[in-house]
Amino acid sequence: MRRPKITFWRVILVLILVVGAYATLVRFTRGLGASTNLSDAFPWGLWVGFDVMCGVMLAAGGFTLTATVYILNLREFKPIIRPTVLTAFLGYILVTVALLFDLGRGYRIWHPLIMWNPRSVMFEVAWCVTLYSTVLSLEFSSVVFERWRFFKLLRLQKMLVIPLVIAGVMLSTLHQSSLGSLYLIVPNKLHPLWYTPILPVLFFLSAICVGLAMTIFESSMSARHFGRHLELPLLRQLGRTLLVALGVYTVVRFQDLLHRGALHLLQWRSPETPLFVLEMLLCSFAPIGLLLIPKVRKNADGLYLSSVLCLLGFVTNRLNIAITGMERYAGQQYFPKWTEISITLAIIAAGFLIFALAVKYLPIFESAESRQREAEPESAGGKLPELFHVES
Amino acid sequence: MSKGILYDATLCIACKLCEKACAERNGLPYDDDIAAEQKQSAHKLTCVLTHQDKFMRRLCMNCQDPSCASVCPVAALRKTPEGPVTYDASRCMGCRYCMVACPFSVPKYEWDKPLPLVRKCDMCSDRVSRGLQTACADACPTGATKFGVREDLIAEAKDRIAKNPDTYVNHIFGLNEVGGTSVLLLSSVPFEQFGYRTDLSGEALPLLTYRVLSHIPDLVTIGAVALGGLWWLTNRKNEVARDENGDDGGEPGGRKAHATS
Repeated sequence: MRRPKITFWRVILVLILVVGAYATLVRFTRGLGASTNLSDAFPWGLWVGFDVMCGVMLAAGGFTLTATVYILNLREFKPIIRPTVLTAFLGYILVTVALLFDLGRGYRIWHPLIMWNPRSVMFEVAWCVTLYSTVLSLEFSSVVFERWRFFKLLRLQKMLVIPLVIAGVMLSTLHQSSLGSLYLIVPNKLHPLWYTPILPVLFFLSAICVGLAMTIFESSMSARHFGRHLELPLLRQLGRTLLVALGVYTVVRFQDLLHRGALHLLQWRSPETPLFVLEMLLCSFAPIGLLLIPKVRKNADGLYLSSVLCLLGFVTNRLNIAITGMERYAGQQYFPKWTEISITLAIIAAGFLIFALAVKYLPIFESAESRQREAEPESAGGKLPELFHVES
Repeated sequence: MSKGILYDATLCIACKLCEKACAERNGLPYDDDIAAEQKQSAHKLTCVLTHQDKFMRRLCMNCQDPSCASVCPVAALRKTPEGPVTYDASRCMGCRYCMVACPFSVPKYEWDKPLPLVRKCDMCSDRVSRGLQTACADACPTGATKFGVREDLIAEAKDRIAKNPDTYVNHIFGLNEVGGTSVLLLSSVPFEQFGYRTDLSGEALPLLTYRVLSHIPDLVTIGAVALGGLWWLTNRKNEVARDENGDDGGEPGGRKAHATS
């Protein structure tokens, strides 16, 4: 076996994982009080605000793209469906890992599955996330079946793809919006710039924006690191769709602020104002402004930049809701402790590592189509009907 | 009949016997240092606040329609018909949504323990179910904390305000707040001075969630039909196009036959 080359990023990765391992030790031996800056006044922090809320949001590419390819039947996007589903699947696994850190008694994480409270949004989210992770694992299973040549299972999986995708889109719609519904019950605690009865609608719309932006982002990253990418015309199509989606989101967001008369809260001295402005700049005005320029919209780097801004913007939005927007009520500031930050970084690093390993050992990027064609001629292009044809 | 507690701050002398009785009943330590603490915590479930020469108790309000019980994903928190909002520690996984959701920020967490639990006053549910009054009411020497049937306590509170309108703020805190609470408060100074919010809606907060959650079954069925239909439409369009191009000899197989039938 060849010894892995020592590169700058690999050193960083190992460092992050080592510090993360130590922080994990602190977390599980000394408890939440010693390992976080959480308190009775601030019971949810970085792990909920970023790892869970943003993690789920950033995994939205999975349902957006599977719907595009299988429901809208835009097969030209198929080459990136595997990396996107893998990212989504990894995303949900990492969200679950983060939850194990955040829950006071993580070993009871399965309790909502048997101890029901259907009135609870969190109960609904727990069920949706569990079911959707199962759906994602089944969607992704084709890669594993193909790698180890389980063709019978592969055939079975292909037959289930459409129901799986429909279930996945429904489950995603529900829990993406429900992460917003979590905050419906705190009208007195969440700052009115963010508290609105239409939180679930905004969360769903932003999940679609993020899903599109993540697809552009991932495609660009893959182009850089794995030499695989979407053709520019397809990226442009995603960019145009993102522009429309961001437009809709921005209009809904501002209509809501106007109707609730919340815009007058944007005063110079209010600590919420700069964060709100930053959020809107990043997730709305900057990417919309950029994408409105034909030159940017048609250029791979321009699309990449717009998608990154958009992702940062919606991350800011989730953090504003989970953390900043609650600070005024809590009467205190919250900033995560080093342990919280290092565990979050370690979880992200683990995600990158697993992704890289998966790309190395599984048929993620190498043209799934051509490989399949060699191995099993009938399943090329995912044309299910032909399966029956050959079998008969 | 649903039980309740009426705390009349004007009768309180801040002897803190209620705090002591509460600690005893809940198996928590109590000494002078803890008595001096001016806030609720995992080891101090009720607290007598002092503001100049005025006093005010803080304890779980035991809401009529509690946010904590509504949000708890494992139904560890429940409203009992007798009034108390109870906590089943064996169910709790420690998500702390109850702490976020509570409009009074009552549930507290055992942050220092490796395997923590939520702690909150449960209006002595074991005592109440045996027909006894709460430990705090039992211990109160002046009658400032009074246990009884909630309706009777409301009538009494109204009566006290009516008889001494100059003494009391004309507000029974807990009568309407977030749909009403089992604990009712009377005071001679504005409740805000003790951190009680008087801008709380008179509507139970779980309704805000329920309005959205109740649409989910409809949304799922509509969505499944719409998505399935959309797939059928787009898929059929492609197949027709393929047929017209003479691709694959127009033999799309079982699924088309199934889908178009």
